[in-house]
Amino acid sequence: MILQALAFYVFAAVTMASGAMVVVSRNPVYSVLFLILAFFNAAGLFVLIGAEFVAMILVIVYVGAVAVLFLFVVMMLDINITKLKEGFLEYLPVGALVAIVLALEIMFGLGVFGSTPGTVMTLGQHGAKVAAVENTRAIGQVLYTQYFYLFQVAGAVLLVAMIGAIVLTLRSRPGVRRQKVGEQLYRSKADAISVVKVTTRGGV
Amino acid sequence: MLPVLIDFFTNNWLGRALVILAECLAVTVPLLVAVAYMTYVDRKVWASIQLRRGPNVVGPFGLLQPFADGLKLMLKETIVPSSANSVLFIIAPMITFLTALIAWAVVPFGDGVVIANINVGILYLFAISSLGVYGVIIAGWASNSKYAFLGALRSAAQMVSYEVSIGFVLITVLLCAGSLNLSKVVLAQSGGFWHWYCLPLLPMFVIYFVSSLAETNRTPFDLPMSEAELVQGFQTEYSSMPFALFFLGEYANMILLSALGAVLFLGGWMAPLPFLPSNAAWGVFWFASKIAFLLFVFSWTKGTLPRYRYDQLMRLGWKVFLPVSLAYVVLTAAVLQFGGWVPKS
Repeated sequence: MILQALAFYVFAAVTMASGAMVVVSRNPVYSVLFLILAFFNAAGLFVLIGAEFVAMILVIVYVGAVAVLFLFVVMMLDINITKLKEGFLEYLPVGALVAIVLALEIMFGLGVFGSTPGTVMTLGQHGAKVAAVENTRAIGQVLYTQYFYLFQVAGAVLLVAMIGAIVLTLRSRPGVRRQKVGEQLYRSKADAISVVKVTTRGGV
Repeated sequence: MLPVLIDFFTNNWLGRALVILAECLAVTVPLLVAVAYMTYVDRKVWASIQLRRGPNVVGPFGLLQPFADGLKLMLKETIVPSSANSVLFIIAPMITFLTALIAWAVVPFGDGVVIANINVGILYLFAISSLGVYGVIIAGWASNSKYAFLGALRSAAQMVSYEVSIGFVLITVLLCAGSLNLSKVVLAQSGGFWHWYCLPLLPMFVIYFVSSLAETNRTPFDLPMSEAELVQGFQTEYSSMPFALFFLGEYANMILLSALGAVLFLGGWMAPLPFLPSNAAWGVFWFASKIAFLLFVFSWTKGTLPRYRYDQLMRLGWKVFLPVSLAYVVLTAAVLQFGGWVPKS
């Protein structure tokens, strides 16, 4: 129990600290790296409450894919760092507003303002359910039955977003010579070579 | 005396911590020796392919060559370029090495011989292997050199692309096994080599192997460090121990992906024939020989194939492997569902 409590405080402290560093640090590359650290420690916190499936998905999706592409883009930017930090106080009210709205939403979900139907379970109930069924199985059982339509809608939204991104970046450039692997493979001797009998002094 | 000791190592938190430490060492030390000798085997295999002798001077049959190389690297000066970001420059090889080591926590070496028998073993391995890209990309950026940076960009794009198809390969295997626990995946393949998943899922095994070549930046996918264009890619500015850490991390990653391939497709610790013993000790032997076979194929490919062009690499990942693996997931699910072979839990 001591080790778990210790692990919780370490993960929580590092999450908070790196979350703050994302905003404060001067170099945008450092910001992304601190963001990755925050994701990673959040995954540690999920493991501690017994939600190992969510923890692994967090690492795979956010750390392994999203943050890599994020880092990829930020590294290639040629940013004037001092100029970037000038607007810090300007954006502070907007940022604070967003933070307050998110905090209120979390409190609403946890039933601080009186319970609403369909709110999340409290931690005690959650722990009891997790102990009974394997984590992944528990998610699968509700995801493909109770929340089936919502799951499909989420998939459709992602598909639309993906098609939108492709449409925005797709442009047809004339005069590009692409390698057509299929055509190369299906070329036969007959349509590649022709044997010509050249008449003497006549040329081809 | 003995009961006291048993009580200390099972109930006292200090004793349990000591046991965990000993378990980690029992995996890490043989792994590092295996990495050292993998470099030796690699060079011997390439030498045989090219009708040379390979390392044969240091020690009998050149067996001490890896240690001589290690000693040489340790004695060299660690150079940090003056315009490099020194903190990240030093951290990057550590990330590569560390991610290659921590993944071994969930690999089952035999029946019950595993450090952490967690229920999401496959996902854990997938998550950790997707972290390996950070070592490369941070090294490329922190070096502040164009070769290193271009190598890192190539590597990041390549690793992210091939992870997608590895993900689908993992899904087909866990559909057949009905569990994310690696020990249960192995147990689902018990009873002779005709029960191993490499036969019904042969296309996926091929895709998995080729993708693991791409994940570890090995030939024919060693674009990130193609010496003709990029000197040595993201490793260009590294020397001495940081370079050695990259090197060790890469080889440890290769062994890890081979181990995962053995667990998923070649029946892990299971004996090839049902009457042969596959208890804990023999299990480790079978598992090690399967890993050794896959590693030999790694060296064999490197000695045989030329390098891909970058657009061909991307085409293979996105236009061939992704649709094929996606179709195979659907096919496997359909066959399991309509054939009545859905694994019971």
